[in-house]
Amino acid sequence: MKSDDSAPPRPEDGGDLSSRRRFLGYLLAAPTLVVAAEIGAPGRAEAAIPSLPQPAELYDSMDLFRDAALPTANLITIQINRDGTASFALPRAEVGQGITTSTAMLIAEELDLPVDRVHVGLADARPELLFNQLTGGSVSTVTTYTPIRVAAAIARQRLLRAAAIELGDGVSNLVTKGGEVVSTVTGRALSYGELATKAAGVVLEQVSVTLKPRSQFTVIGTPQSRVDALDAVTGRKAFAMDLQVPGAKPTMVCRPPTINGTVRGVRNTAEVRAMPGITDVVVIPTGVAVRGQTFGQCIDAVRALKVDWGPGPVDGASDETVLRELRRAELPLAVPAVPLLAQTVDGDFTSHFASPAALEPLCAVADVRSDRAEIWAPLKVPIVAQKAIAEALGVPQSAVTVHVTQAGGSFGRKLFPDAAVEAALVSKAVGKPVKLMWHRVDECRAGRAHPMSTTRVRATVLAGQVLTFELRHTSVTTDFGQGLGEVLTAMAMKLPVGNYGFAQGAFLLTQKVPYHFGVVTQLLNEVEIGFNTGSMRQVYSPDVCCARELMVDELAARMGKDAYRFRREFLKDDRSRAVLDKVARAGNWGRTMAPGTAQGIAFHAEFKGYSAALVEIDCRPRTTGRKVPDAVTGPRVTKVVFAVDVGLPVNPRGLEAQMMGGIMDGIALALTSSLHLKDGHFLEGSWDNYFYTRQWNVPPELEIHIMPATTDQPGGAGEFAVGPAKAAVACAYGRATGTMPTSFPINHGTLSFEPKPTVPPIPQSPIDGLDHAL
Amino acid sequence: MPRHTFILNGTRMSVEAEDDVRLLWVLRDLLGFTGPKYGCGINVCKACTCHINGKAFNPCSVPISAIRPDDEITTIEGLAASVGRDLHPMQEAWLDNDVAQCGYCQPGQIMAAVAKVRQARAEGREIRDADLDEIRNICRCGTYNRIRQAIKAGAARM
Repeated sequence: MKSDDSAPPRPEDGGDLSSRRRFLGYLLAAPTLVVAAEIGAPGRAEAAIPSLPQPAELYDSMDLFRDAALPTANLITIQINRDGTASFALPRAEVGQGITTSTAMLIAEELDLPVDRVHVGLADARPELLFNQLTGGSVSTVTTYTPIRVAAAIARQRLLRAAAIELGDGVSNLVTKGGEVVSTVTGRALSYGELATKAAGVVLEQVSVTLKPRSQFTVIGTPQSRVDALDAVTGRKAFAMDLQVPGAKPTMVCRPPTINGTVRGVRNTAEVRAMPGITDVVVIPTGVAVRGQTFGQCIDAVRALKVDWGPGPVDGASDETVLRELRRAELPLAVPAVPLLAQTVDGDFTSHFASPAALEPLCAVADVRSDRAEIWAPLKVPIVAQKAIAEALGVPQSAVTVHVTQAGGSFGRKLFPDAAVEAALVSKAVGKPVKLMWHRVDECRAGRAHPMSTTRVRATVLAGQVLTFELRHTSVTTDFGQGLGEVLTAMAMKLPVGNYGFAQGAFLLTQKVPYHFGVVTQLLNEVEIGFNTGSMRQVYSPDVCCARELMVDELAARMGKDAYRFRREFLKDDRSRAVLDKVARAGNWGRTMAPGTAQGIAFHAEFKGYSAALVEIDCRPRTTGRKVPDAVTGPRVTKVVFAVDVGLPVNPRGLEAQMMGGIMDGIALALTSSLHLKDGHFLEGSWDNYFYTRQWNVPPELEIHIMPATTDQPGGAGEFAVGPAKAAVACAYGRATGTMPTSFPINHGTLSFEPKPTVPPIPQSPIDGLDHAL
Repeated sequence: MPRHTFILNGTRMSVEAEDDVRLLWVLRDLLGFTGPKYGCGINVCKACTCHINGKAFNPCSVPISAIRPDDEITTIEGLAASVGRDLHPMQEAWLDNDVAQCGYCQPGQIMAAVAKVRQARAEGREIRDADLDEIRNICRCGTYNRIRQAIKAGAARM
């Protein structure tokens, strides 16, 4: 690392370069010390029995990802173009969470360039980045906030130096403003475009540079609309399926009737290959692929295939059999020694399988030649995808080029390169480029599921105190195999929980009980039963936070305390209380509600941040009895007030959008959305089977409060709202109906649709669309 | 192979396709109009919503043979031009409210929104919350409240 002595300090910091070092010192300092200081801060809940710090309080998943990213995070370059714009290839996936926008803001801030003149694209797979090309865990902004600004600041320095030579002026006489370098002496100005050739093409490294202090920010922290908004509303935004790669014809896969079933043989290959538009029929490990002129003709071909299927590893499995296995695997609750008079409060909650499927189904374009392969796909872990594709094709990883496309949503689904590997295999087998797409039914039935789990809680209370709080989460194994796990495994030795497996590590690094509840223990136990699973938005938190907050309501009730005041009394710090107070005040907590309607309140801390939700729900028959064709109505959340403190909000408008989406997820997980497993396959096959929140479920009133910056560092945001929103809805539902819900979603016991057949595996498209024109 | 003609975004088009190929694939795979998105193929998710003679419909569920030569199909790519502007008022409202997240459902949402407002106007009234509750388009990112705000704002300018 070299020091760039020619770079001028920013006038406002008086040449004090130590501020930069102090900042990095924070990044390199042992994080336990930082967080431990917060724990040592005197809380106001003096009456409560303090809990020892839990792993997630000392060193959480944010620290882990940030530290894993440290060795390579600075290997990023910003290019200044001749037209005065800046270009940056972000080594992350844009899945709707808005990081291309927030990244453009970071660059604009440090470069003194308008946001609309910063172009942020998505980098191809870059194996040299090791763990640092992973989009997940809500850490994108956490891990890139400093490196991107450093790069932009260095770019600015180099522009200044180039301008100094051009203008024959000293750099101390120059300022940057609106994409120009201006001499404060002569008033002469040069645009970044004019300077681009003098300063471009340099590989930028981390060098001594002073970042703009927060007090000088004019972009970070201001609401910005998405940089791709115009493309989105005009239909120009291109997803993998929209790419026009020469010769890449539509391709689909006929999949087995049970999860991970196998192909024994195809009885009518020649017949199907002769169907209109069809060019190829080939067997791949996951099914039988067809390639044709249109996806419509691929649907016809998939339906026409006569395949002899072998069994899968979980044929015959159902919700009931999985739940039985979970019950057998549950770890005991072992109440620590407490006074005999203490009252024990138990809770036992079940969360059913859920789907992280996005609206854009999996899709990948592949062009595999004898010596190389080129792939285009929405991938959150493109390096792992590149490796998997190379292994599947039997070629060196360096022979595989992986382009990351804009994703039409992810929610965890696009951590896995399932479609990209299939596309590569099909392209190799047929010797032609392909554009492979999963059918909606494939996503429901052959896609990855958020695992079913049970969450058991036991607390003991005595004389207005919570003496112990134990939580045992038992779950079907979450597949962390595609990247998340590699980071965790690699970092395992550095963790304060190093003797646990990485799933336990992920659990302990994200889950914390934010209350002074005496002796607190939380453990995860996993059951491997051969499912395709994956991390769904916020992983464990939607289920664990919901169970915990319902128990908090129960504890408050046992002690005769108000649910809000009880939380406030036992929360550990001021930032926690601030978000809780915010929703209580803004949402008019405790207002009189009509019978059958109620409020609920919940709190959650994760991602180096704090959040609270206040919900009002209507469970009256006239509401639950609403009729919408092919839909679930049920209780309606009529109002949500949400507050979030992410430390430093980079883009409040984008952050609000992420909270809104997470709230919709939470409502669905509490009330309507789940997968039903029966006879070795999931019954769902459509958006009218898997009941994600629809307009008739949307809360008419929604208020999201972004807390003012509380620190100099942004925390995680993308997943934050799911858990607390689900929890608050569950708490409100329990209060409105008088019965605490214990199984989620609450409607899981009623199958609200007629399941589609499994053979053929996908339905034919209707032909009566014009009859429904409105 | 049969030849089909119709008016697409104001231009007469002619395309060869088997009669039963659904219009969505004719638009996307054969003509390269990728604004209408695939999300289910069974007229549920509404991501492919377009207009036929001014009414919202889902081309995933209409065989090309059902389209007549004088039918006017409008996709998101042609929405603005259909009212003689660079952007339709609904698209402007969408931008003002920064509605899109991933953006995948947005062409369908906007096309559905325009038709919904027109439908209410045809009934001699303005759009209401109850109308918004009827919109079936999925947004898996969950930007529903901004969609509702934008439709009301867009309607006021239509």
